[in-house]
Amino acid sequence: MSDKRITTLFGASFARGFGRSWLGAGYLFLYLPIIALVVYSFNDSPIPNLWKGFTLKWYVKLASDGEMLGGLWLSLKIAFFTACSSLVLGTLAAFALVKYRRFSGRTLFSGMVTAPLVMPEVIIGLSLLLMLVSVQKALGFPEKGAMTIWFGHLLLGMAYATVVVQARLQGLNPQLEEAAMDLGAKPFQVFMLVTLPMIAQALMSAWLLTFTLSLDDVVLSAFLNGPGSTTMPLVIFSRARLGLNPSVNAVATLIITLVAIGTVVASVLIARAERERTKAIAQAQRDDS
Amino acid sequence: MKRLFDWVKRGRTAVIGVPYLWLVVFFLVPFLVVLKYSVSEMGTVSVNDILTFKDGALQLTLRGNTYFSLTQDDLYWKTYWSSIKYAAITTVFCLAIGYPFSYFMARAKATIQPALLMLVMLPFWTSFLLRVYAWKGLLDENGWVWQVLTTLHLDQSLAYFDVISAPGKLMNTPFSLVIGMVYTYLPFMILPLYSNLAKMDLRLLEAASDLGATPWKAFWLITVPLSKAGIIAGSMLVFIPCVGEFVIPELLGGPQTLMIGRVLWDEFFSNNDWPMASTVAVVMILLIIVPLAVFNRYQAEAQEKAA
Amino acid sequence: MAATSTDNPAAAATYLQIRDVVKDFSGYKAVNHVSLDIAKGEIFALLGSSGCGKTTLLRMLAGFETPTAGSIVLNGQDLAGMPPYERPINMMFQSYALFPHLTVWDNIAFGLRRDGMPKDQVAERVEAMLKLVQLGKFAKRKPHQLSGGQQQRVALARSLAKRPQLMLLDEPLGALDKKLREETQIELVNIIEEVGVTCVMVTHDQEEAMTMASRIAVMSEGRILQVGAPSDIYETPATRFVADFIGNVNMMDGTLSCDFPDHVIVECTDCSHYVGHGITGTEGMTVSVAVRPEKIALQREMPANEQAPHNRVQGTIKDLAYFGSFTVYHLALASGAMLKVSQSNVARHRDDQLTWGDTAWASWSPTAQVVLTQ
Repeated sequence: MSDKRITTLFGASFARGFGRSWLGAGYLFLYLPIIALVVYSFNDSPIPNLWKGFTLKWYVKLASDGEMLGGLWLSLKIAFFTACSSLVLGTLAAFALVKYRRFSGRTLFSGMVTAPLVMPEVIIGLSLLLMLVSVQKALGFPEKGAMTIWFGHLLLGMAYATVVVQARLQGLNPQLEEAAMDLGAKPFQVFMLVTLPMIAQALMSAWLLTFTLSLDDVVLSAFLNGPGSTTMPLVIFSRARLGLNPSVNAVATLIITLVAIGTVVASVLIARAERERTKAIAQAQRDDS
Repeated sequence: MKRLFDWVKRGRTAVIGVPYLWLVVFFLVPFLVVLKYSVSEMGTVSVNDILTFKDGALQLTLRGNTYFSLTQDDLYWKTYWSSIKYAAITTVFCLAIGYPFSYFMARAKATIQPALLMLVMLPFWTSFLLRVYAWKGLLDENGWVWQVLTTLHLDQSLAYFDVISAPGKLMNTPFSLVIGMVYTYLPFMILPLYSNLAKMDLRLLEAASDLGATPWKAFWLITVPLSKAGIIAGSMLVFIPCVGEFVIPELLGGPQTLMIGRVLWDEFFSNNDWPMASTVAVVMILLIIVPLAVFNRYQAEAQEKAA
Repeated sequence: MAATSTDNPAAAATYLQIRDVVKDFSGYKAVNHVSLDIAKGEIFALLGSSGCGKTTLLRMLAGFETPTAGSIVLNGQDLAGMPPYERPINMMFQSYALFPHLTVWDNIAFGLRRDGMPKDQVAERVEAMLKLVQLGKFAKRKPHQLSGGQQQRVALARSLAKRPQLMLLDEPLGALDKKLREETQIELVNIIEEVGVTCVMVTHDQEEAMTMASRIAVMSEGRILQVGAPSDIYETPATRFVADFIGNVNMMDGTLSCDFPDHVIVECTDCSHYVGHGITGTEGMTVSVAVRPEKIALQREMPANEQAPHNRVQGTIKDLAYFGSFTVYHLALASGAMLKVSQSNVARHRDDQLTWGDTAWASWSPTAQVVLTQ
């Protein structure tokens, strides 16, 4: 992208000022709740919104909050399986859509793959549950529980994973895979030695995305859970429904801190790698005659 | 020679077949099940079978009373309409806030754009449930936003427009619902718009300027039409899920805010009326089928262009 | 990769035999009955503009496309049904297609490792290749750390590493700028001849084809129009299309007025041609006479050539383009048609330099023309 200052709206400096304030206000809007969550997690007061003083007692209470911790552990497990399986199915679907231009039922396939992205979760949850109940009546399994929750999350996760992997695959130079074949690599070897390393970053972000999605899901988990399989979002949701609860703030702050650290670290590493790359390319061009 | 064809066919069948089969079983079939349930009779624990053997003959028991109730009871229609209304309002607000936001992001200095993008993504990675819950705190009595709005007496105007029930009561109103929905879905509008606007060739604007167009004109005649795909994608990504939203209306909405997602939930969990819940779902699907088709078409076109 | 000898002695000289190959894309024939015989060690060019089928043909040689009909036989081995990874053929791609996540060393070693070559042999071969393309000290670098020219050399080394029976080049110099192109052309040919590998290259650039290849096939719309050495194609084009496609040419339509075994006379609108050889034709038939601009002499006075009044014409200089080492004059003839004449600037300054508006005489020898009937 060119660095040229283009007079976009009324005048260069006005546009800059207007732009900056809009962006600033927007970011404030986005981060306001997050800041509020963090601040009030340290509020020493029974009445949630009235600030009484600084305390860490909610965090201490969290350590003995069996319901919440149990939910957290279950959610992490389900999220892990969801992420791994979504990645597999999503990569397969992405390959099918990118590599094979024409196959019968392609429109239906592509529609089914991306529909869960926009469909209201209540519909997905209800329909999946009803089907599983029918199957249970007929075959005796599966029991409603962690596995059924996993199915629901997998459906949603697969859609997201497909979109991410597909975008990366489409950006790949097809001549690279042809070159590999030309040099003697059989199709499977081409995938393992050339394609996979090149989409590795996309695979990782797809994994993280589906992991987060699963960890955060309320509606699907509500429809598909069974006795003893209450996920953390369900615990939070039931508490939130009743009113404001500082224990929720404490959990929130922990999650936010983790996510923030992770995202910032990842971004910094990626940015640094990019800078190294650009430097190397420029250097190479100067080296050569 | 046959070896090659066999391998290719086998690999291809697996790559397409596995996800396809999975989707048909876990996505398509459930919709058919919902359809079946919507015309079934509710038993004690679960739904009765529609096909039964009675006196040696196959009997089909269909009940259309759920659909009948749907048409009879005013409340259902009001709720569908209300859901679409709120979804539309949310989409418009997201577009109004999100378009300039994405625009300024895309026109910022190239070096800070990744940072800007990361700052938009960060809340997205943080639990959405928790952030919606946070708005409960912000809008409730003595919450930060509550304090700001009441001190500025803006709550009087909001009450005037019937957007909140009474001055000072910002929670569980159409106002809090829309804020919550706009807040949650704003990144879904920003991301496709930003990706579209960032890829735009700025030299087109230079050409327009060279041919005599003012920056304002150039924006409306060139930038906006070129970002049409992004606008549609973003709008669909906001509108369609909003219609069936449940969590946000449940936490931030109130008696005034009828949303079909809550109705479905209540029919299923509170009334234990599975056929009714299924019927509500079927009608909801019919309502969003048109925008869904539009979204799908734009997705397919975007893929074609990228290929 | 065992070489099997054939019984037919005529075919023994042909290393790569392409027989009546057709590639049909749902009714559209990208390659339409193409047959070629390529000898061992040749550098053979497929020349044509985009869409002529040359790239499709190349891809069929590589194995990325399957011929709808016809056969391809390399060194006695029929390649039908053979996937690309089993063919003793390697390709240098237009975009180089270097694996970005591997070093130069690993890129070159890639093909060797797929063959299961033992480690020390791989190392030996890779070192030899690096020496061949003079990239020894860049072995540990990744592709993005190399310049365009260096990347190309890696691509070349990678495709030669397996000592293929046939090497394919897809627009080898397309990505380079003019200066680099000239240097690379020579280097490339030297390396290929040093290794002695048979080469088929695809290009739309005439200069590239003529300087690098030992034989050229001109293609258009899926068909081969003419095959021959660069000088044959240039000086003896077989059709109007080929004459026009390669270099610049003056094409004059006319009627064959006298047909003798040792010479013919063609009457054209502005002039008449005395061609110093016989052609297969009949008196009265329509033909085209092609004369290359550099074969025409330009002077102010009426030329005293032997075949007068043939092989000369007067005109006005409408346009001239100065290229430094030569000048191209556009001569307007009586009928309004333009004659292109190219003159080397042998002297640095001339008092009577021809310029716009001057009247001048163009003349040429009886061996300068090519008479075309197709």
